[in-house]
Amino acid sequence: MTLTDNLGRGDRSRQAFLSRSTLLTSLVLIVGMLAVLILNALPDSNALHVSGATVALLGKYFTYMLLALAVDLIWGYLGILSLGHGAFFALGGYAMGLYLNAQTSPLHGWQSIMTYFPVAALAILLAPGLLALVFGWLAFRSRVTGVYFSIITQALTFALMLAFNRNEMGMGGSTGLTRFYELLGFSLSSEGMTVALFTASGMAVLLAFWLCRAITVSRLGRVSMATRDAEARVRFIGYRVDHVKLALFVVSAMIAGVAGALYVPQVGIINPSTFAPLFSIEVVVWVALGGRATLYGALLGALAVNYLKTVLTGAMPDAWLFILGGLFVVVTMLLPQGIAGLISKWRGRQEASA
Amino acid sequence: MSATVGSHGRDLMRGPTINVLLCLLMAWSLSFISQAAWGANDEPQARALLEALDTSSFQAKGDAAQAIADSDVEQKTRWLQALLDGRLGKERRGDRFYLITDDSGREWPIIDAITFADAGTGTRRTVDAFKINNDLRTRIEGMLASLSLSAGDEASRLSAAKRLIGEVTADNADSVRQTLADEESPNVRDSLGVALAIYKVQQGDADSLETLRGNLDTRVRNILAPIAAGDSELAAEAQSVLGGIESKRAWYDRAQTLFFGLSAGSILVLAAIGLAITFGVMGVINMAHGELIMIGAYTTWMIQQALPGQPGLALALAIPGGFLVAGAFGVVIERTVIRFLKGRPLETLLATFGLSLVLQQLVRSVFSPLNRRVASPDWLQGAWQINEALAFTLNRLAVLIFCLVVFASLWALMRYTRLGLEVRAVTQNRAMARAMGVRASRVDMLTFGLGAGVAGLAGVALSQLTNVGPNLGQSYIVDSFLVVVFGGVGNLWGTLVAGMSLGVINQVLQPWVGAVLAKIIVLVGVILFIQKRPQGIFAPKGRIS
Repeated sequence: MTLTDNLGRGDRSRQAFLSRSTLLTSLVLIVGMLAVLILNALPDSNALHVSGATVALLGKYFTYMLLALAVDLIWGYLGILSLGHGAFFALGGYAMGLYLNAQTSPLHGWQSIMTYFPVAALAILLAPGLLALVFGWLAFRSRVTGVYFSIITQALTFALMLAFNRNEMGMGGSTGLTRFYELLGFSLSSEGMTVALFTASGMAVLLAFWLCRAITVSRLGRVSMATRDAEARVRFIGYRVDHVKLALFVVSAMIAGVAGALYVPQVGIINPSTFAPLFSIEVVVWVALGGRATLYGALLGALAVNYLKTVLTGAMPDAWLFILGGLFVVVTMLLPQGIAGLISKWRGRQEASA
Repeated sequence: MSATVGSHGRDLMRGPTINVLLCLLMAWSLSFISQAAWGANDEPQARALLEALDTSSFQAKGDAAQAIADSDVEQKTRWLQALLDGRLGKERRGDRFYLITDDSGREWPIIDAITFADAGTGTRRTVDAFKINNDLRTRIEGMLASLSLSAGDEASRLSAAKRLIGEVTADNADSVRQTLADEESPNVRDSLGVALAIYKVQQGDADSLETLRGNLDTRVRNILAPIAAGDSELAAEAQSVLGGIESKRAWYDRAQTLFFGLSAGSILVLAAIGLAITFGVMGVINMAHGELIMIGAYTTWMIQQALPGQPGLALALAIPGGFLVAGAFGVVIERTVIRFLKGRPLETLLATFGLSLVLQQLVRSVFSPLNRRVASPDWLQGAWQINEALAFTLNRLAVLIFCLVVFASLWALMRYTRLGLEVRAVTQNRAMARAMGVRASRVDMLTFGLGAGVAGLAGVALSQLTNVGPNLGQSYIVDSFLVVVFGGVGNLWGTLVAGMSLGVINQVLQPWVGAVLAKIIVLVGVILFIQKRPQGIFAPKGRIS
């Protein structure tokens, strides 16, 4: 795949923000969300009623979809595979966790500033953002690419996992942060809160989807895709490749942070295992299965794998790792474009026959 | 006569190859003879010695104990030990003396103190155990120490002499001096000399300090420290001796840290060296590398299960076994997955990671999620004690040597064999190598199998250090990749240097910041290093990148 091919393809498909797939995905997201809300509002006796537990589960899926979007933005459109995106997710989660803790028991030291929601909201964006900025600046400046980048991101999240396991960090050690009761003055255990968090997560997915879409169709996005395919040439043309990478990496980390922040109140705990390299790699599989370099593919992959995980870890817990591991192998070998690739192939065939 | 017979009996019992039954029989009959001899000659003397203990004054009791120690009664060691433990007593309504063999219950099994004949059971009501206080306890301990000094083989005399360091008092100083004069073994003489010198220094003798110069025993240091704190002439002298001891200890401490560092480093190198071949030489990102290590460790465990009671043989078999089993897994992985993902490193990474999950779960399902303990053969247990401050744990020393042997063989293989030549040819220019008739695909398979086999060897070594479990490999994968990248991809020497230096740095940091923080610092350090110098410590020369 050469640069000229790409620019040519980019020109032909110089897409408007609202392409067919974007419209369709937004529509599916909105309709799905509204449907869940309406079905949840039905009385318990109704056969179509969606229980609070299911809404909470779907809310959690939304945060995973958000995380998958973040990974797809840099892996699919920039070609850098981060095996440490769980770290940004967890940092956002810890920021939220501190804020939630502050609602019931006073925090000490520097943590006491997390008592205020605007500060906490800022921290949710800034903590992952700053880490990505520093880490990315160092890495991209010295042109650490490809597998090397993947390995050091993995080392980064591993180091953070060890650090957050220490009690001296003041982050609850290996237990992490729990005992969340209130958010913005409302009880976290109420059904209303579950619905509100579900809605907020859904909205976040929609907004992040539009943001990623806007980025990828912009000039920045096109340079980033060119970088993905032929980094040296883009640099020789005169673009500051490291700046492009840094911009996308930071945005992606912030999206992951927001995902973590929405995740924590819905599951009620954040602990160092979120930093575990395994989780970060799992996220990459969601994207790979859904279809790298297609935003709706990332959403689809996250939903599919996590739904499968929920069903299988309940039904046959021993088999789950076999299936997850098998998915890694099968998808990379047989489905390099993921589910999205299958869909576009199928659509291409339909158009050809039409 | 009884003494010679008795020591003959002991000699027989120490003999390694003597039939146990025969030995017991002999010992029993010999003890019978010696008891008979006692009964005839010395019972009145023994009785008199024990009678002297029956007093309420601790001072008198101490003198009586000293009298026992100074006598040549055969049973004296046992009596004094029993007295120390509060298990020597007198019949309340009678004049027999008993040894209580077990005082844990309400009814004590007792034996006659003089003949050692079984005397049934006694209780608190029938037997009055002699009581001792702390002063007396110290005195008796001193007596026991000097008793074992004068009897027994060299090892027990040496340990008794070592125990005396810091324990010499006015009471036993003379007997220690006497023993020193009679002693022939130089080691025991040294220890006794040190013990006496400490006593003399405590009495204010500055000349004896010379004997203590450079002594590494902790007790010597602890006793000298308060003496050196004063401001007399002795204190100044002690200060200088103490300073010498401290600096010598510091050097040995550094040597010890270096050893631990190299040993931790050798584990890293072993874990990473297989990866240095698959990733460094072939460019294949094998995330299942850790699981290949795990397979090697489980092979060791299985061979050991098949050969119960022979851990040495099992370990010797496990070295080729682990290599072959892990290597076979590697060849299968290469043929079924990696071959089809050539030139797509990120996809290879994901697929092999999937394989690693499958292998982990396979081990969990087939064996168990629990950790297994692999036994070490006797010759790998314990430590090689160089001196008081420096000891090399044998299993770690063995792993260090094993690591160097594996590295050397691998290096020689790459340098001198046909396979090594072909591997280097394929790595440098695949198309050209194929044009020259090298079967590149076969070389790929063998190289990957080799890397996997070396991972299996790492597993065999690890099984001697930690428990074997399904997560064994996972804990090494991040480290292994860092070592390879840190050392410089495609460079076996780089891997060796990187692994060893990371191990040493980690050990040096540990006393200051603790194990976890040391690890974090090393990780962050390596991350920063790679940013600064992406090609690693040893960059490939020329324009190849």
